[in-house]
Amino acid sequence: MVEAFMFYLLATLILGLAVMVITARSAVHSVVFLVVNFLLVAVLYVMLSAEFVAVIQVLVYAGGIVVLYLFVVMLVNLKREPEQYTDPRRLGVLGTVLGGAVLAQLVGIAVYSSIRGSTVVDGAGLGSDTPFAVGNTEQLGWVLYTSYLIPFELASMLLLVAMIGAIVLAKQNL
Amino acid sequence: MFEITPLHYSLLSAALFMIGVIGVLVRRNIIIIFMSIELILNAVNINLVALSSQLQDLSGQVFVVFVIAVAAAEAAVGLGIIIAFYRNKETVNIDEMQIMRW
Repeated sequence: MVEAFMFYLLATLILGLAVMVITARSAVHSVVFLVVNFLLVAVLYVMLSAEFVAVIQVLVYAGGIVVLYLFVVMLVNLKREPEQYTDPRRLGVLGTVLGGAVLAQLVGIAVYSSIRGSTVVDGAGLGSDTPFAVGNTEQLGWVLYTSYLIPFELASMLLLVAMIGAIVLAKQNL
Repeated sequence: MFEITPLHYSLLSAALFMIGVIGVLVRRNIIIIFMSIELILNAVNINLVALSSQLQDLSGQVFVVFVIAVAAAEAAVGLGIIIAFYRNKETVNIDEMQIMRW
């Protein structure tokens, strides 16, 4: 009961804030709504007993990425309204209709799969045989450094390349 | 109604995903479009975490960590491109970014 109430409250707030992110006039307002949205998604992760992911969400998304966005919004100091000019070949209505079609498809898949029921959904004999009981972060670290060691190292390489790329792109005269 | 199943999380994820897609398709400020892409990645993460806790399998949460790493890389490079483009063309409107269109 309490969980259901929390879920519906969080879902409403997350979706409402997401709509405000994409409809806000000023980009600074969008960034602020985005921070609150990310923090609420982190609360949702705590509800799903994924504490480590929630902490990473707060640190990296709400702390790092959004500050980066805020820097860019401040750096790109607009003298004129950014959305003044519209390409005459733009198909805005078609885009919205296609988005609605994909939404209908996703909802259809979700409802169909829940009506049909699944044989593996109880998780019996599937995935890691270690339960969550020891503590989410410890378990996650164990999985990350054993089964997913090479992808983990590749991710670190990706971050290094992205860092160098961002410096090269944004530097005035190299 | 009062029991929260993975279906609820999937529907929330689908709705958040769609809001992000509509933001990408409708807005013309490229910074807002990048924020919409972050919303899309968040929708995917919600789905992965919900199914991970449903199946009692931590692989989903490992994937979320990777998605967040890729999102950080994408934000850094994308915002670098925006700054470089703004320095040359003085605009963040994607309808005015036509220099690579044939």
